[in-house]
Amino acid sequence: MADMTTDIVIDVEKLTKRFGSFTAVDAISFQVHRGEIFGFLGANGAGKTTAMKMLIGISTPTSGRAMVAGYDVLKESERIKENIGYMSQKFSLYEDLSVRENIQFYGGIYGLRKSELAEKSEALIQKLGLQSEANVLVKSLPLGWRQKLSFSIAVLHEPKIVFLDEPTGGVDPITRRQFWDMIYDAAHRGITVFVTTHYMDEAEYCNRVSIMVDGRIDALDSPGALKAQFDAESMNDVFQALARKATRSAD
Amino acid sequence: MDLLFTFIAKEFKHILRDGKTLLILFGMPIVQIVLFGFALTNEVKDSRIAVLDLSNDVSTQQITQRLDASAYFDVTQHIHSYDEISHVFKEGKIKMVVVFAQNFREELLHTNHNSIQLVADASDPNVASTVTNYASSIISDYVSELNSGQSLPYLIKPEIRMLYNPQQKGAYNFVPGVIAMVLMLVCVLMTSVAVVREKETGTMEILLVSPMRPIVIIISKAIPYLVLGMTIVGVILVLSTTLLDVPIRGSLGLLLGESVLFILTSLAIGLVISNITETQQTAMLASMMGMMLPTILLSGFMFPIENLPVPMQVISNALPARWFFVIVKGVMIKGLGLAGVMRETLILIGMALFFLMVGIARFKERL
Amino acid sequence: MRVLLVLLQKEFRQIFRDIAILRIIFVAPIMQLLIFPLAADYEVHNVNIAIVDQDHSSYTAQIIAKLQGSHYFRVLSVSPSYPSALHQIESDAADIVLEFPLHFERDLVTQSSAQVFVAANAINGVKAGLGASYLQNILRDFNQDIRAQLINLPRLGVQPQIETQPRYWYNQYMDYHKFMVPGILVQLLTMVGVFLASLNIVREKEIGTIEQINVTPIRKWQFILGKLLPFLAIGNIVFGLGLVIGRVAYGIIPQGSLLTLYAFVNIYLLAVLGLGLFISTVTNTQQQAMFVSFFFLMVFLLLGGLFTPIESMPHWAQQITHFNPMAYFIRVMRLVVLKGSGFADLHDELLHLLVLGSGMNIMALLFYRKRS
Repeated sequence: MADMTTDIVIDVEKLTKRFGSFTAVDAISFQVHRGEIFGFLGANGAGKTTAMKMLIGISTPTSGRAMVAGYDVLKESERIKENIGYMSQKFSLYEDLSVRENIQFYGGIYGLRKSELAEKSEALIQKLGLQSEANVLVKSLPLGWRQKLSFSIAVLHEPKIVFLDEPTGGVDPITRRQFWDMIYDAAHRGITVFVTTHYMDEAEYCNRVSIMVDGRIDALDSPGALKAQFDAESMNDVFQALARKATRSAD
Repeated sequence: MDLLFTFIAKEFKHILRDGKTLLILFGMPIVQIVLFGFALTNEVKDSRIAVLDLSNDVSTQQITQRLDASAYFDVTQHIHSYDEISHVFKEGKIKMVVVFAQNFREELLHTNHNSIQLVADASDPNVASTVTNYASSIISDYVSELNSGQSLPYLIKPEIRMLYNPQQKGAYNFVPGVIAMVLMLVCVLMTSVAVVREKETGTMEILLVSPMRPIVIIISKAIPYLVLGMTIVGVILVLSTTLLDVPIRGSLGLLLGESVLFILTSLAIGLVISNITETQQTAMLASMMGMMLPTILLSGFMFPIENLPVPMQVISNALPARWFFVIVKGVMIKGLGLAGVMRETLILIGMALFFLMVGIARFKERL
Repeated sequence: MRVLLVLLQKEFRQIFRDIAILRIIFVAPIMQLLIFPLAADYEVHNVNIAIVDQDHSSYTAQIIAKLQGSHYFRVLSVSPSYPSALHQIESDAADIVLEFPLHFERDLVTQSSAQVFVAANAINGVKAGLGASYLQNILRDFNQDIRAQLINLPRLGVQPQIETQPRYWYNQYMDYHKFMVPGILVQLLTMVGVFLASLNIVREKEIGTIEQINVTPIRKWQFILGKLLPFLAIGNIVFGLGLVIGRVAYGIIPQGSLLTLYAFVNIYLLAVLGLGLFISTVTNTQQQAMFVSFFFLMVFLLLGGLFTPIESMPHWAQQITHFNPMAYFIRVMRLVVLKGSGFADLHDELLHLLVLGSGMNIMALLFYRKRS
């Protein structure tokens, strides 16, 4: 049942995921507001990706509940998918299809009509400056371009929320900065951005962040407030302070 | 040296964690042995036949009864006209129709001679010739019984001995084949895939940039599969000797030694394939189509080599499995020693060296 | 529906850009159809026979001449002793040794019976059995000739003889090719269905695009159809190519209707594609998918009646073949291509294929989860 009245687009309550005796996500609770850029931080292995997979409907929660874009994660996961966008860690583009063909494919999947799709597709190619590469196979594109393309495709259908899983892995700082410009742009258009990352400096770009440690959320606030709370100069220092208590080490 | 062990250990872990592949690797020879040992045979029994009897007299009935009583045949239909034969064949269940002409017994008694038509469905020529042979011999047994009491003068009596395999068990022929095939699968397919996988995921570059010499990288890939291959050989040998009573008449040590030689050859081929393919999929398909299929078809364990057209016999000589098959049969079943399989062993050694050199040379090229 | 079209467009684009796949699709049938039937020959001819002649009589000379004239045998040598002939068996040069003892001719004439010794390499039991049997036929023929000469009494004690006349239908010249080619076409289709389909999907799993797809609102049936249809098309093309090769290289012209053939081709493809899909849902890497596919292919092939007849199998094995779509389809292929059977004759096979096909596809549908 869609809930349009509040501007809470993600509402998580004691969400848990267990694999046998191992608890990957331990009863986390938080809320995300419309238009927010919400940073979901934590070290590798802390449980971020597992938590996100539950929110986007590709992993079943063991217990707890969550609402995404107005729909229940357990019972209405397919409806959630109609309203969100996703960019996976591997950028999941088809390497043997061209830029334009990838756009056409994903756009078509999300139900964009042919004419609308053609328009948006051209606009997107223009915006990314890929006019001369539009028909080039993605496998020949450098990493930075793929990243931007992947993000653009994720928001092509103007979803309510876009989920980004470690989107800036492996690219140089300038490209990362440009990428975050795109994120701001999307947020301005009203798209809520839910981004996981282990780059603590990127936390500064978010409206609010949560920090996961050993499957739990150990901190949840705006970057400024957290720095004050931990008497830290940077988010990195905040993280170090929390990480010292961690028992689960990264891979 | 430490680094070598680390890499070997990593490869082992990788293999052992892949439960599904291991299941198939061990399951396949086991299933093949069970099937070949107990289910598959070219022998004919309970073959469904029909009888077209236009006489219906004592003789025809006796002969029909004989055929039905034998283990080879089951008379399941009686038809009444020649036209029905094609209908019955089209349904696909009847293999042969035995045709007795009219006045069969009369004719036989008056002229001491008659004939029976055996109309066989020759879409499977092997079955057709086998059923006609069996039917003929049952009928000629019937005839000699009619004439019993008169033994033939001037009789040549052949005494026949079946060497190595007195009971003519199929297992003696296919167990060596299963060994060869599985070793090829493990060693050619898996090594080529393992190496290409590193290429695909980019970890190969890391290895090449490391201070490890290329030969060491290659050895680290080869050893786990060598061990895996020998383990599977062990399983096959145990199963064949216990379940199928296949003997190991020659030296076990020689047999295992030759297996190691063959494994090395196959690993070398896997290396060559990994050098010339870029993706796992191509490596797999190249191994399958390029190596396994010709091996299965042309190396002599499914079809006799002398039946192959000459150009294929030439190709067959280039397949290591062909020589290994001869060696395994020789050592396991004939009980030959090294001297008896020297020629084949030398050929295998030659092939192993050749492929190794090619493989290592091209591998170095990558640098 | 639009989504399905989008999916299909993507699949076909990818397939046409994948050179390796294209090569396989076109080269594999050609190679297999050209090599396989030529290689697949169980008949016994060219049996190498080493002769030990201790007697050196006119009788032994005649028998040897007969053997040399027979197309079943190749007389390798006439050795002086049994051990040297045996050595030839050990080195695989000879398959059979035939020894005439000293005084063979004399014993036959004066004592009315004489022995010969035959030793056959029975590792290949069938070959040894048939070889020995042909040898005995030749000896028996010679025996009858000699007996007639020696007895010289035409009518006395003549016994009733019944001669059997074999007639071989559908394959007059006992051409094994005619038999193998339909079977190989089946095997090709199975490879397309099981290998290509499962590898394709698992590759998407490995790359990560499956995860991306699972997050979209694509329905299960759309995804599965989007994978099935392209391979269905490929299967039909491969089959067509195979028929052409069968015609051009072996002169095989399907006796039955092409419509019937293609109908069964598609029913069968759906079944094996279902299996391929199912395999892709339970494996995670391409290597696993390959091995599992190979395993099924091998079991189906062995239990499919292509190399050994199903009727010769023990009961439990025959029961298993009821679950083997390949067995039914091979039967259909032979019946339609070689004997011209029509739909009416093939009820049983049609039913089994439909049931098996639905079963496999339902399993695939059930096991494919967008959410784990």
